Amino acid sequence: MHTIVCIKQVPDPETPSASFRIDTATNKVIPAQGIAPVVDPYGENAVEAALQVKDKLGGTVTAISMGDKAAREALKHVMSMGVDEGILLDDPAFQDGDSYATARTLAAAIQKTADDPKFGPFDLVLCGRQSSDTDMGQVGPGLAELLGIPSTTIALKIEVSDGTARVERIAEDGRDVIDLTLPGLVTISNEVGSPRYPTLRGIMAAAKKEVTTWGAADLGLSPSDVGRNGSRQRLRRLFIPVRDSKCEMIEADTIPEAAVKLALRLREAKII
Amino acid sequence: MPAGVLIYAEQRDGRSAPIVAELLGIGRTLANALGEPLVAMVFGNGVSNEIKQDLVARGVVRVVAVDHPLLEHYQVEPYVDALERVVRQVDPAIVLLGQTFQCRDLAPRLAFRLGTGLCMDCVELSIEPQTRLLVEIKPVFGGNARAEFVCEEPRPQMATIRAKAFEAAVPDAGRSGSIESLTVDLDPSKVRARVIEHTVATTTGGLKLEDARIVVSGGRGMGSEENFQPVEALASVFGGAVAASRGAVDAGYQPTERQVGLSGKVVTPDLYVAIAISGASQHMAGCTGSKCIVALNRDADAAIFKFAQFGVVGTWQQFLPAFTEKVRELLKD
Repeated sequence: MHTIVCIKQVPDPETPSASFRIDTATNKVIPAQGIAPVVDPYGENAVEAALQVKDKLGGTVTAISMGDKAAREALKHVMSMGVDEGILLDDPAFQDGDSYATARTLAAAIQKTADDPKFGPFDLVLCGRQSSDTDMGQVGPGLAELLGIPSTTIALKIEVSDGTARVERIAEDGRDVIDLTLPGLVTISNEVGSPRYPTLRGIMAAAKKEVTTWGAADLGLSPSDVGRNGSRQRLRRLFIPVRDSKCEMIEADTIPEAAVKLALRLREAKII
Repeated sequence: MPAGVLIYAEQRDGRSAPIVAELLGIGRTLANALGEPLVAMVFGNGVSNEIKQDLVARGVVRVVAVDHPLLEHYQVEPYVDALERVVRQVDPAIVLLGQTFQCRDLAPRLAFRLGTGLCMDCVELSIEPQTRLLVEIKPVFGGNARAEFVCEEPRPQMATIRAKAFEAAVPDAGRSGSIESLTVDLDPSKVRARVIEHTVATTTGGLKLEDARIVVSGGRGMGSEENFQPVEALASVFGGAVAASRGAVDAGYQPTERQVGLSGKVVTPDLYVAIAISGASQHMAGCTGSKCIVALNRDADAAIFKFAQFGVVGTWQQFLPAFTEKVRELLKD
């Protein structure tokens, strides 16, 4: 059983709003001082889901990440959680790509792993349901479309047996249960479980392992296929919206008194 | 020459999803700006005339309906195939869908199948006069920022809209439009993502969170499932619904169905009471559409006070009983 997990390194989403800054000249986030980037949270849940599958069925887990050298840290982190191999897709040509260009690059990498004896054919691809920077959620299902494999999204639970993944997903008014014929792709929500902490043994094992690095040429992709040139969408502007609401703080000698005052104020304002 | 705005009129349980009226609202605005037709596509197995007429009443000049047994219940593969067929037939400049759980599954596959750009969870959409491009604005970084996208060459330009971000189109029985059927061949043996079970969540008191006029929401600071009793009591006095932040849901205090936020539900009640909620952007993404936000937090610097219209600094233990009692008294009048 070979599971591939796609992860991404992102600015820490726990960064306080007050520290959030944008460079409007480059349309990029200015990393907050002293706050290290992290593996995108739903991506980490996807790693956890992959490791749960490995716990049950054995086999291997390979993590792939498109990013610069700093993304190696993200791969090492998940390898210390128990992921067996890490692949970094690093090439200046990959930069500033939209979901389409990103999925295209990941698809080429996944197809390459299938032919590479170090990794072998995959049974399952897992992604987070959306990354915390773009909050798009396109790369997962889009990647499945490019690979020609079935997919489902926003999984709460996943169980693999006999070439099928049984997935419970969130639907509008409740839940759906999907039987996915493998090879297939599933995007993962946090309900699958909190990501396990790396063990000391895992950290030491990951430290000894090499992260495989591939560029555009390794994937048989030309610059026009990837990054900005391979994109279908163009980001024109990144901005922080102006918030102009003022909060009326209700005060009193005690909090129960303030509570009563608030109720009266809301009645006065015809809100209740 | 691609032209027109094509809306995906998502159906659930024999009715158009609530977001369809909102799609038609913004769809009409965009179609008018382009001077091009507003078209809708609807899928199922025997879609009723009422549904098609309602689309026309809300401003659609052309309804394309596809009926097929494989489309009776949503499954991603036959739906992407059927939608692709209609999109190629209609050849629109723009395709709009709702940011629903169904479309999060379906829209990316459809966009990639068509080789075009997709912007999801848009809160603003407009036509740029000089270029006639669809300008798409969506929240990013958990709501800390907004991103503006365009899809310059590939067609159609695709976007999904966030619930309650756009005004709903109002029906006018005097409107007219054409209704046509399109036959699509779908192969059941090609389905590799099969829905084998669909369960509907039971809502307590029959009040759907998204429809509640008043919502009382608790955060991780509530501390336990039992501690949500006072939150439930306040909601009950208001005749409203109970919600929770992701932190409270992750901690097991409340079920996923009550989660409000970027990865939960978007609510736009008249009154949103946030108890022990810090006000992280991801949560606010689910409730900033509320008419009035009232916040209680023991931290005077909590971000929630930047979003609320009224606030009290204090603990929920000291606030809720007194507040609930006074509200109960006031509502009796």
